[in-house]
Amino acid sequence: MTRLPEEVHSNKAFGWAAKDSSGVLSPFNFFTRETGEKDVTFKVLYCGICHSDLHMVKNEWGNSIYPLVPGHEIVGEVTEIGCKVQKFKVGDRVGVGCMVGSCHSCDNCMNNLENYCPKMIFTYGTKYYDGAVTHGGYSNIMVVDEHFAVSIPENLPLDATAPLLCAGITVYSPLRFYGLDKPGLRVGVVGLGGLGHLAVKFAKAMGTNVTVISTSPSKQKEALENLGADSFLVSRDQDQLQAAIGTLDGIIDTVSAQHPLLPLLGLLKSHGKLVILGIPGKPFELQVFRLIQGRKLIGGSMIGGMKETQEMINFAAEHNIKTDIEVIAMDYVNTAMDRLLKGDVKYRFVIDIGNTLRPSS
Amino acid sequence: MAKSAEEENQQKAFGWAATDNSGILSPFNFFRRENGDDDVTLKILYCGVCHSDLHTLRNDWGFSFYPVVPGHEISGVVTKVGKNVTKFNIGDRVGVGVLVGSCKTCECCEQDLENYCPRIIFTYNSYNPDGTKNYGGYSDMIVVDQRYVLRFPDNLPLDAGAPLLCAGITVYSPMKYYGMTEAGKHLGVAGLGGLGHVAVKIGKAFGLKVTAISSSPQKESEAINRLGADSFLVSNDPEKMKSAIGTMDYIIDTVSAVHPLLPLLSLLKVNGKLVTVGLPNKPLELPVFPLVMGRKLIGGSDVGGMKETQEMLDFCAKHNITADIELIRIEEINTAMERLAKSDVRYRFVIDVANSLSQ
Repeated sequence: MTRLPEEVHSNKAFGWAAKDSSGVLSPFNFFTRETGEKDVTFKVLYCGICHSDLHMVKNEWGNSIYPLVPGHEIVGEVTEIGCKVQKFKVGDRVGVGCMVGSCHSCDNCMNNLENYCPKMIFTYGTKYYDGAVTHGGYSNIMVVDEHFAVSIPENLPLDATAPLLCAGITVYSPLRFYGLDKPGLRVGVVGLGGLGHLAVKFAKAMGTNVTVISTSPSKQKEALENLGADSFLVSRDQDQLQAAIGTLDGIIDTVSAQHPLLPLLGLLKSHGKLVILGIPGKPFELQVFRLIQGRKLIGGSMIGGMKETQEMINFAAEHNIKTDIEVIAMDYVNTAMDRLLKGDVKYRFVIDIGNTLRPSS
Repeated sequence: MAKSAEEENQQKAFGWAATDNSGILSPFNFFRRENGDDDVTLKILYCGVCHSDLHTLRNDWGFSFYPVVPGHEISGVVTKVGKNVTKFNIGDRVGVGVLVGSCKTCECCEQDLENYCPRIIFTYNSYNPDGTKNYGGYSDMIVVDQRYVLRFPDNLPLDAGAPLLCAGITVYSPMKYYGMTEAGKHLGVAGLGGLGHVAVKIGKAFGLKVTAISSSPQKESEAINRLGADSFLVSNDPEKMKSAIGTMDYIIDTVSAVHPLLPLLSLLKVNGKLVTVGLPNKPLELPVFPLVMGRKLIGGSDVGGMKETQEMLDFCAKHNITADIELIRIEEINTAMERLAKSDVRYRFVIDVANSLSQ
């Protein structure tokens, strides 16, 4: 049985929720659990707007439970800790990403891959152990098991760090797992949105030579000058594509729209790796011999485990990696969603929760 | 420009060739080069019949240069060695697989991955840099640079060992490269033909739990009792496929027919690996969801380099792995091709070249 939070909890909270598949967000009062023994409670200060928030508020994946409070790129300051909490103390800067629970006993959990645990609990829109549906970070307060909170180093700004908790780990984890993190390797990044622009920054910080592959020639200057890419390839320009055949060791493909794989496979050297992070609505067409000739592979990846998420945050702190963001007020969120749908943001909206979320009457 | 054999080559040779895309093979006289300083000449004793021979004969891939003498699973004995040849002596039992040349200088060649060299020279239906043409093993003899000649370990039979030179290395190499050899892990082998049946045997030799995945329920007993698979899964039985979801660490997909990948990807655990080595003639549908949600990968692989091919032969000899073969005479080859097209062979035809090929 799914139960409403108010049936289970008494801790008052408020945020903005979508009430139906129109996806329109409006103020919403709800309840969270009391701080448990292993829980940290924190005041939410900033929350990034991920593209999956947009899918979820409109029920585009068919699994949304309303009212739905989105947000899984959450940062804030600890206000209360449970008696068994070891990693955090009141006043600490913390972050929560895409998940707030997992079974802690399966092979994946044992290997610090909670993100692939079959019983993983998403930060919002999923039934928690107590039967209540989880609510995300477009809200004033979060209560989470400390295992699913990460510590944010002092030199990272909270607002520009929030998106690292989803977009950042989504690109960092496959760069490591597929071995595209070695200095001197040539890595392509397809799509220059929230994920793509961070992929460029992380790949550069790992010492690779980065080529941005985009349909928009207008992004060239930005990619090279602002993001630090080494080169830029217009994916619709046959001459440029032809000249770049067989030059890349790996490609991080962040595009969710339907697009052909063949040109991307062609850009790879022998033994090259194409990592797909977006999920288009339809299957790709795959000419198998393009994998066989040159022993290429296509792999996927989904966010990362908690240990690796902390490692990513620490790496970002060490290399001064920040998301390029547009900070907005809470009441701008519906406009921001419309703009996000059109790709009109460089590169991530972040809601200034701490200063702009006001309790509703 | 391609020069005629007569202009460049001196040694008379004899084999069977297809002269057009009917694919019908018939006796054919041609020439091979004299044995050069780095060359080894083999008297061919056996040659396996690979499915790609059939594709090339019929020009299915659109790049057949007739006449075509097929055959790239060649075994025999050395009859001549050039003065620079250090690896072989006259009388040695040797084999030649899918390639007979490469640039020797590129990154791939330097890493013993001649099979991925952009200038790879295939054993047949190919041209050498000097314009001369290469003919395969459905013939009495062949001249090959020693780098591309393999040594047959003493206990590896020349007839049932011949198919390892293509089918064997095609499945062995990806198992090594993609890390599919950890004892106790669960390997699925999709398709039980020439490649698949060797994959089952090699998988068992690595200590894996092996499940044969096939659309033919009648292959169950054979897969388990004769090939040594631990279990058998009928790929078009939805109930059985469902109960096997998320149970496999690796899958080698040897199926050349167009087939859905989603059911195979579903059989894999998180971090599972699907390697395709079959060559469907149309694109397959690749669903992205299981790749992303379970960090799975789909990869390809194309035979193996010379060093690894020798390692594979030694491994097979050590573990007594050979192909299951049906030995035929050269004059039966056209019938064999018809049967191969219908998958009516368990599991590889091998031509008894020395005992049946005559002018």
